[in-house]
Amino acid sequence: MSSPVIVASDLVKQYDEVTAVGGISFEVAPGESFGLLGPNGAGKSTTMRMIGAVSTRTSGRLEILGLDPDAYGPEIRSQLGVVPQSDNLDEELRVRENLIVYGRYFGLPAAHVRSKADDLLAFAQLEDKAKAKVTDLSGGMKRRLTIARGLMNDPRILLLDEPTTGLDPQARHILWDRLFRLKEEGTTLVLTSHYMDEAEQLCDRLVVVDKGVIMAEGTPASLIREYSTREVLELRFGADHNASMAERLKNVGDRVEALPDRVLIYTADGEAELAALTDADIRPLTSLVRRSSLEDVFLRLTGRSLIE
Amino acid sequence: MTGTGVETRQPASVRRRPIGSLYAGNARAVMYRGWRATKSTNWLVVVSGVFEPVFYLLSLGIGLGSFVGTVTAGDGRDISYAAFIAPALLATAAMNGAVYDSTWNVFFKIRFARLYEGMLATSLGPLDVAVGEISLALLRGGAYAVAFLIVMQAVGLNLSWWALLALPAVLLVALAFASFGMGITSYMKSFQQMDIINFIMLPMFLLSATFYPLSVYPPGVQVVIQALPLWQSVELVRSLTTGAVTVGILWHVLYLAVMATLGMILTTRRLRRLFLD
Amino acid sequence: MTTIRLPESEALKRAAVKPRRFGAWYVAEHRLRVMRSYVSTVLVGAVGTPLLYLFAMGVGLGALVSANLGPHAVDGVSYLQFVAPALLCSAAVTVASEELTYPIMLGFKWNPTFIGISSSPITPGQIIDGMVIAVTVRLVATSAIYWAFMLLFGAAPAGTAVLSVLIATLVGLAFGIPVMAYVATIQQDTGQIAMLMRFVLLPLTLFSGTFFPLTAMPIYLQWIGWLSPIWHGTQLARIVSYGAQVPAWLIVVHVLFLLVLIVPFWMLSRHIAKRRLSS
Ligand SMILES: Nc1ncnc2c1ncn2[C@@H]1O[C@H](COP(=O)(O)OP(=O)(O)OP(=O)(O)O)[C@@H](O)[C@H]1O
Ligand SMILES: [Mg+2]
Repeated sequence: MSSPVIVASDLVKQYDEVTAVGGISFEVAPGESFGLLGPNGAGKSTTMRMIGAVSTRTSGRLEILGLDPDAYGPEIRSQLGVVPQSDNLDEELRVRENLIVYGRYFGLPAAHVRSKADDLLAFAQLEDKAKAKVTDLSGGMKRRLTIARGLMNDPRILLLDEPTTGLDPQARHILWDRLFRLKEEGTTLVLTSHYMDEAEQLCDRLVVVDKGVIMAEGTPASLIREYSTREVLELRFGADHNASMAERLKNVGDRVEALPDRVLIYTADGEAELAALTDADIRPLTSLVRRSSLEDVFLRLTGRSLIE
Repeated sequence: MTGTGVETRQPASVRRRPIGSLYAGNARAVMYRGWRATKSTNWLVVVSGVFEPVFYLLSLGIGLGSFVGTVTAGDGRDISYAAFIAPALLATAAMNGAVYDSTWNVFFKIRFARLYEGMLATSLGPLDVAVGEISLALLRGGAYAVAFLIVMQAVGLNLSWWALLALPAVLLVALAFASFGMGITSYMKSFQQMDIINFIMLPMFLLSATFYPLSVYPPGVQVVIQALPLWQSVELVRSLTTGAVTVGILWHVLYLAVMATLGMILTTRRLRRLFLD
Repeated sequence: MTTIRLPESEALKRAAVKPRRFGAWYVAEHRLRVMRSYVSTVLVGAVGTPLLYLFAMGVGLGALVSANLGPHAVDGVSYLQFVAPALLCSAAVTVASEELTYPIMLGFKWNPTFIGISSSPITPGQIIDGMVIAVTVRLVATSAIYWAFMLLFGAAPAGTAVLSVLIATLVGLAFGIPVMAYVATIQQDTGQIAMLMRFVLLPLTLFSGTFFPLTAMPIYLQWIGWLSPIWHGTQLARIVSYGAQVPAWLIVVHVLFLLVLIVPFWMLSRHIAKRRLSS
């Protein structure tokens, strides 16, 4: 196996009082697609910024492409594409200019940068906005432009911090498709997300982070197997009754989870459990049997829903 | 549109009071909001505005005055250079305060904060907004003027009792510039266009016989300068603080009153067009 | 996992040669591109300012001064010739403060383009250098235009007056760079920049021997001039512009003062940017 492109061990980031990242270790292999999942404030963005060689770690070891970011920041960054959580496009420049200016920062020749910018405008479906002001773009368009900008240098590693936040479903699927293609071409992807379907679709492997530490690691399927059941039965009894019903049902299935708006019953066979409940004359307002997902893994590990 | 409720709710009163749909008699609400916003943002920046003319007076009045000597006043007396420029600085301060409040501030509120859309969605009419904003600008301009007049008094640059009338005169100056400024601003679409306002204000400040008498210019140029609103303002205020008062200053008053009225009409029309049509 | 020191990572170390060497120029290129979006303002300012100030303060006020004191009353030359180098230096300071206050605040905070740039190979220090290069370009251009107008007005009799372009550029930097260092530290905007303009820029412009020799000022106000890059620069510009008599030691002081405001504060700005962008 070829050597990993990212090695982190006992990585720590301390801000005055706050420990944003409290000693995490992981490796990412070349061409792999690696995900960081966690609730708000888990330390995902902080980790991404350390990998991006823009945030100095407090302690621990970190190597990107075999280099230490403390000493080789520019060299590492020359191989990275970065899509930060919040867009920081230059609002004083036009759409195409944003790409050109950014490309120049990698020392690429002006002619190359111009044709690359046009390719990426097509990639991001922003050709007809080339001359528009950034402030006139919609949120989703800005996101696409930021992603295009991150690809100006044909990066070997692409860091995506919540890439599809703010995109409509169609744009999201288009982006996933583009990311698949990059992956096929050998680009390593590191991404954070709040969307379970996204993580399941895109990540070969992921870690669940909470309060700056890793709670679990594995492929999406293995995590579901390990931390959840095959199926989940969702029941709604109305906001006032969910908690009390969950208490009544606590011995049903493998495990019961009460959320404000519904009760989740983890079980191998959802339909069977539902039939049993109906027999016992327990009648929820609505019921739904679905396959278990990373969302459930997440809930299990952190006790919190992902999207708050 | 958002604000049409004003008109549909009282159709009868529209007929009886032609400005009913424009004015709800509640400009105070607009002023109150502006006052709260100023207080919560940075009152120090607002308060410190009074230092600007004082710095000019100290530098040019004392420093330059020490070797320029005297200047001939309107009535032929020789007055100190400081006494010559102080009223000009006073009028300019009123203009700057009023223009700032009625242009940059208003521009921001129209284009970015979308404040007026919200205001006009309530029972407020465009005239309430205009009167409210302009009064606020006047209040600020007036406060600067009082402070500066006190400074002038303290260093002996008010040469006559007429100087007391400089206060209402300055308020008129502020009113004229504020109402006009707000009307012009409603046409502005970008920050670049807003720069035009600076390109007009600065030359006017430097050229309106502020720092030297009008007689320096050749006669043809003099006429052009005399047409400028700041020259009118400076002359009015200067006559009062130096005591060189003649009936002729009523022309300046008339000029500024007409400007204020036109500005007010323009502003109300524009606000109506922008937000109610 | 052992550290990999493959030939690959050796090759990688040479991957950022161009950004390491030219990064600051890329930032300047970016900045000049932004300036292009308000080029009309820049041009009107560059042409209008000298025209207006030389006419109003030099010719207009000059007429009053010479009417009272004769045609060579100030420092042995006409008032226009006396005041022109000072107006030039003040204009440079205005340009520098335009470029190094709000744009810096914008880049760090309001529209954090500096954060965007720092995810490329460019270092925070290079961002600062690039800003300085860009403002220098604008300073040289506006000062050169100013100098041309001075010639036109007959306000710069000596042949060496062209050197005042260089001096004005230094003055602009000597004011702008310390201001940039300060602005780079601002986390919460509470109108500091407006206060800076009002209580630093304006007094420095007015009390720096601009419109009259510093010695005409009461002694208790003269210290402002001594702390002002505008005064130090203006004195130098007066030497090259009409041969003002200044003792050699004082010339050295003027030059050193400008350099002391430029070099250490430049370094400080880089340091602040690095701390802020790699936290
Ligand atoms: N510059 C900073 N200074 C101080 N504290 C910080 C800083 N950046 C992040 N933190 C803190 O570090 C913790 C982790 O933040 P981080 O942004 O990495 O979370 P996240 O997992 O990306 O969350 P989200 O899903 O909301 O984006 C938070 O408690 C945050 O307040
Ligand atoms: Mg985050």
